[in-house]
Amino acid sequence: MITKYNLLFVTSPLSASRVLVASRNFANDATFEIKKCDLHRLEEGPPVTTVLTREDGLKYYRMMQTVRRMELKADQLYKQKIIRGFCHLCDGQEACCVGLEAGINPTDHLITAYRAHGFTFTRGLSVREILAELTGRKGGCAKGKGGSMHMYAKNFYGGNGIVGAQVPLGAGIALACKYNGKDEVCLTLYGDGAANQGQIFEAYNMAALWKLPCIFICENNRYGMGTSVERAAASTDYYKRGDFIPGLRVDGMDILCVREATRFAAAYCRSGKGPILMELQTYRYHGHSMSDPGVSYRTREEIQEVRSKSDPIMLLKDRMVNNNLASVEELKEIDVEVRKEIEDAAQFATADPEPPLEELGYHIYSSDPPFEVRGANQWIKFKSVS
Amino acid sequence: MAAVSGLVRRPLQQVTVRDAINQGMDEELERDEKVFLLGEEVAQYDGAYKVSRGLWKKYGDKRIIDTPISEMGFAGIAVGAAMAGLRPICEFMTFNFSMQAIDQVINSAAKTYYMSGGLQPVPIVFRGPNGASAGVAAQHSQCFASWYGHCPGLKVVSPWSSEDAKGLIKSAVRDNNPVVMLENELMYGVPFEFPAEAQSKDFLIPIGKAKIERQGTHITVVSHSRPVGHCMEAATVLSKEGIECEVINMRTIRPMDIETIEASVMKTNHLITVEGGWPQFGVGAEICARIMEGISEKLVLEYSQAVINIVYLNTYWIRRLKPAFSPRSCVQFPGCSRCSCHWC
Repeated sequence: MITKYNLLFVTSPLSASRVLVASRNFANDATFEIKKCDLHRLEEGPPVTTVLTREDGLKYYRMMQTVRRMELKADQLYKQKIIRGFCHLCDGQEACCVGLEAGINPTDHLITAYRAHGFTFTRGLSVREILAELTGRKGGCAKGKGGSMHMYAKNFYGGNGIVGAQVPLGAGIALACKYNGKDEVCLTLYGDGAANQGQIFEAYNMAALWKLPCIFICENNRYGMGTSVERAAASTDYYKRGDFIPGLRVDGMDILCVREATRFAAAYCRSGKGPILMELQTYRYHGHSMSDPGVSYRTREEIQEVRSKSDPIMLLKDRMVNNNLASVEELKEIDVEVRKEIEDAAQFATADPEPPLEELGYHIYSSDPPFEVRGANQWIKFKSVS
Repeated sequence: MAAVSGLVRRPLQQVTVRDAINQGMDEELERDEKVFLLGEEVAQYDGAYKVSRGLWKKYGDKRIIDTPISEMGFAGIAVGAAMAGLRPICEFMTFNFSMQAIDQVINSAAKTYYMSGGLQPVPIVFRGPNGASAGVAAQHSQCFASWYGHCPGLKVVSPWSSEDAKGLIKSAVRDNNPVVMLENELMYGVPFEFPAEAQSKDFLIPIGKAKIERQGTHITVVSHSRPVGHCMEAATVLSKEGIECEVINMRTIRPMDIETIEASVMKTNHLITVEGGWPQFGVGAEICARIMEGISEKLVLEYSQAVINIVYLNTYWIRRLKPAFSPRSCVQFPGCSRCSCHWC
């Protein structure tokens, strides 16, 4: 039963409203029905109902909102030419990065392609470090030397620029997991465009042969750059493309669906059965990158429809509010906090200095004594330090 | 250099290049649990060229892994394993096949430490036979020294002797960077004297340092891999005619030890580079360019002899090489000149 105190919340000071929120009768958790996954070579799939606790719900909401706002801020900074180079945004796909993280442990591993800002955040880096890396400053997570596509964190292997190359890498990380015998899994992501790369099939073969604990995840946002899935793939059932590898097709706009599917897949891998494939059906609001308006190969109506019917943040919010897990005001408060966090991070990312030119040659080799690197001509030398 | 009894059967042990690489890998596999070998036919076949003979029997499936014929895939898997903390040795059956996987070597392995701002090292070794073999045709004969030598972030080594092979493979495995080791199939069966120190389990040859195989005063001859042997033979022939060659075995292509070459050229004023790769944009071209840049500062007045770059044409080059070395056919040009076997 929902009791209404809303007017009081809006006008009272922060601490008081917190007390009032805390004392209001929210449910601790709620059970939700989620879409059944399509299965390939699997007798059973993930459960069709799941329990969401209030605490988790608020956490997921905050994380998704942070990713959303961070991407929109990156869009803004790019248009102001404070971010240059490549910038591939994932707004619309928040349920994927947050949902996947919710289904695994921090000790598991994750690798993805270039649409990586959301994963960089969910894997533990701060918005500050991410935005500063986008703006190419020394406070960035890669000291400004990697940029949008090359951010790394503990158990997060980027951020990879070559389409499809990250998939064998992910299988290799899974090999290391098995080699070390620690029960860890590796989430290896790629897009619907990359799904047609040959090396992915090479990786499927070896992962299945050697029973590597690798979860291959196809983030299908319907377009590989400007090519729709129907124009790129003879078979758009990406979850079946692993052939001998079991697969499931997941609603990638529903964070609970993603979470349950991930838990299922991770349990499968951890049991030693070998790799498994997940296709997340999702959507990106932005174009392929900041240089793509995103409307020459799809209609504005389509984008609008997804936004209004399937937005992952809206779906979670509605669920929480309608089931007494949170109030609208509470979520609005989170929005305000997130906005502030992003604003502060953007300020830092804009004001922080670029890495000094003297450090141009740093980090060429690891664990080596310092040496000299030739610059633009034989008289210009840069010092290189590991 | 007293022979340690029990270690050598003869005063100086003769070890083939193949056995030297095998020993080096065996020792590193034993020393560090994280080291493992993967590639086509490395396990049950004992290695396509028998370089990994006996290793699978000793270490088993976990450490010696036969892969399907999927270069791009298994090279990527090896790089991923290295990123996650293991220390793989990835064998290409020949480096010609590495071209299929070259994206993983360059973009995933070589560049990552730099792009991550020093966060993500990639301690991997790519090894295998490089360059020409005996009549295996164009697709199986390319030398990749200059292709890999071009890329920052990679280390590229090219052993000639057994000592080189063992010391360099061990250094490569222990190095925390991606190292490409360019072996030579025709050298695998060639025995060399193995000095006592090379028999130690900690025998390492530093990457980035060339070796002067033969001291000389009249002409500097720089080479790497199998051609070093030919240079040594040519030097013996020329010595009878009173010309003393200083033969430099590069050992490392990148980072190149240009200082050793420069010091030698300053002494002799003559330079020949000898390699098995194509002339344009090759290793010899790089040496010539650097010598000319360095020389312009140090030896402007004294250096006026030709720098000759000799490149193999996959044919009977020894006959070409001998006359090329003789002073009668040495052509003098002002400044630097490169010619590739015009007299063939």
